[in-house]
Amino acid sequence: MSPADFLDWCVTIGFVMVMAALAIGFVRLALGPSLADRVVALDMMTITIIVFCGIYAVYTGDASFLDVAIVLALIGFLATVALARYAERRYERDRDTGPAAATKEGADD
Amino acid sequence: MIEVLAGLLVLAGAGFTLIAAIGILRYPDLLTRMHASTKAGTLGSILVLAAMALVLGTMPVVAKTIATVLFLLLTAPIAAHMIGRAYVRTEKTPAHDTTRD
Repeated sequence: MSPADFLDWCVTIGFVMVMAALAIGFVRLALGPSLADRVVALDMMTITIIVFCGIYAVYTGDASFLDVAIVLALIGFLATVALARYAERRYERDRDTGPAAATKEGADD
Repeated sequence: MIEVLAGLLVLAGAGFTLIAAIGILRYPDLLTRMHASTKAGTLGSILVLAAMALVLGTMPVVAKTIATVLFLLLTAPIAAHMIGRAYVRTEKTPAHDTTRD
């Protein structure tokens, strides 16, 4: 087996592993009991797609997928921070407006 | 030689990403799930980006890879800290006994 064949084999196995990781992360995104669980699953899926971009750049030899990975890292961080702050603010707002308002707004979710 | 090293790095990185996903699915609590996803996911992405820098090998690609790795190392703890703080403040019943301060 030549080194190039070995790299092709590793890239194929890596694609399969990353797609399995993405599917498992999607299961947790669908199940996750609380909002924070879903945010963690979404964060993990963003990192998984960054890994996919890296493996695809190895596969094609095209450096432009590195730019995709950088932008995904930026957007994933912003989305995680925004969703975490949203969860905290929503809890504080429901607590400040009282249990009656909280249950009424909770029915809308 | 570079191909073999890059292939091993790709395999290790994809394996760590898969371990992070399995940890997210199997662990009982949000804090333990974050423990799996933040550390193993970051290490997996760093290994795969190192493999890409080895294969492509030009100077701008290596510089951008180092910048991406530094950004991931900087932002992953911040994001995990914010999710953990939101969870500790909002959730009433953890899955098992945790001391509350």
